[in-house]
Amino acid sequence: MKKYSSLKGIQALISQKQLTLPDLLAYYFKQIKENEHLNAFNEVFFYSAEVQAKAVQQKIEEGNAGKLAGMVIGIKDNICYKDHIVTASSKMLDGFVSPYSATVVQRLLQEDAVIIGRLNCDEFAMGGSNETSYFGTVKNAVNPDLVPGGSSGGSAVAVQADMCLAALGTDTGGSVRQPAAFCGQIGLKPTYGRISRYGVIAYASSFDQVGPITSSVEDAALLLEVLAGADENDSTVSPLDVPAYSANLNQLEPKRIAVLKETMESEALDPEIKSAILESIESLKAQGHVIDYVSFDLLDYLVPAYYILTTAEASSNLSRYDGVHYGHRNAEAKSLTELYKLSRAEGFGEEVKRRILLGTFVLSAGYYDAYYQKAQQVRRLIREKLDVLFQDYDLILLPVAPTPPFKIGDNMQDPLVMYMADIFTVLPSLSGNPAIALPIGNNKANLPLSIQFIAKHFEEAQLLAFSQAFLSL
Amino acid sequence: MNLDSKTIYKIADLARIHIEEEDVEQLIPEMNKILSFMEKLNELDTTNVEPLVYMNDATNVWREDEIKQEISTTDGLKNAAKHNERFFMVPKIIEK
Repeated sequence: MKKYSSLKGIQALISQKQLTLPDLLAYYFKQIKENEHLNAFNEVFFYSAEVQAKAVQQKIEEGNAGKLAGMVIGIKDNICYKDHIVTASSKMLDGFVSPYSATVVQRLLQEDAVIIGRLNCDEFAMGGSNETSYFGTVKNAVNPDLVPGGSSGGSAVAVQADMCLAALGTDTGGSVRQPAAFCGQIGLKPTYGRISRYGVIAYASSFDQVGPITSSVEDAALLLEVLAGADENDSTVSPLDVPAYSANLNQLEPKRIAVLKETMESEALDPEIKSAILESIESLKAQGHVIDYVSFDLLDYLVPAYYILTTAEASSNLSRYDGVHYGHRNAEAKSLTELYKLSRAEGFGEEVKRRILLGTFVLSAGYYDAYYQKAQQVRRLIREKLDVLFQDYDLILLPVAPTPPFKIGDNMQDPLVMYMADIFTVLPSLSGNPAIALPIGNNKANLPLSIQFIAKHFEEAQLLAFSQAFLSL
Repeated sequence: MNLDSKTIYKIADLARIHIEEEDVEQLIPEMNKILSFMEKLNELDTTNVEPLVYMNDATNVWREDEIKQEISTTDGLKNAAKHNERFFMVPKIIEK
């Protein structure tokens, strides 16, 4: 079998009886076995996936299958699936069995997707290289000495190495877009409030969004269509209607695109990424799009604001892990406070503890105004600046990551070095805008390169249609 | 920022995370470096800027306050390391 790049192709083969869903699933199981060394999966759901595949095959034959029939998909290991283990790649949740399913999982199953397993990630989605996972580093299929990006590293590698057709990740500051970029895939972060977060293990609640990693824009559009929309279990989801994204991929008018000058002039930007993006800009111009270089003078404030806000939210969200109700529990503690402190000291990894401590500090009496509230004010300045740009432009263009995938271990010595690598992805996370990472070929060392586009709030339809046209240039 | 060991212990206590003496040695320079980096925001004038707290425009979302027994007591308890048939168990709180 060859690599399938879109659900449409698979559905055609199944309807022509050249392929059955159980056979397709067996193919992906074989791919997973052959790529075990990449460590992308924390668990393969052999049993439930097979049961689902047989049931969906039956529905296809009876002619009443859902939109995602034929899609074999992996989910990041911070998304709850009833009666399945979910760990957030942490010792804290090792062995935790979810008593309920996330809304995104319910919607996948409702439309007859087959969920093949849970994918490795950085611990509690905190990291940009998948090196903080309690279950070990994930390796990039291009070269196993390199990181796959993070935090949804397993999700990106699973699609890259053809272990499933698509995967769900979560994106707080780039955790879908950056690993997709490092693995040559498409990564979409929807508008904040587009997709329900119910049943998704929280890191920073005013940032977290579920997003698909796929090898076609069509599949990203189809998945967004299924996953998006109001949910009675998450009142932060927008009540706005969900457009038929996948049916509107071919409607394209010339766009006005703003290139953020400071991002392209950044000293941190790898020269090969820069020249690949410049080439893309030339071909966009040739297609009739209008491209202007505009100034964005808040670039240097993005990462500090992002880390103040997300560590604060993390320190609050992760206070639920007390060793009592679920999760790792210390066996020797003699008092309740000691039980909390020892269980958390043992259950959390180093990066997670660092972020909880930073977040506790920036929220603490005497420092709240100077750090946390200041960052909330800066967040407003950032969003307002983007809103002003979007009065004149349809899209904003910038890099995804400043470098191609780096060596495992290289950025782990100094947390600030790792944090700075988020500089281009945290912008739409802070402002809540939708953004997509798209592959733009490889560098001389054959490593994948990528470009990022940001759209107005809830303008995913436009973003996806543009992406489809961009990739077929 | 210039955090000292006393502040680190206080923060760790607030966060309910036990830390060892050698952790503190490592945390002091590391946290100071990150916090100093965060202080870059002080270069920006934010006088009269309203903090951005909620990311969505929606106002209150109302729903009926109905009891929905979605998870049974048994299911609710099954992930706890120590529990009996009805309760989570913790170390003794009141000493004799």
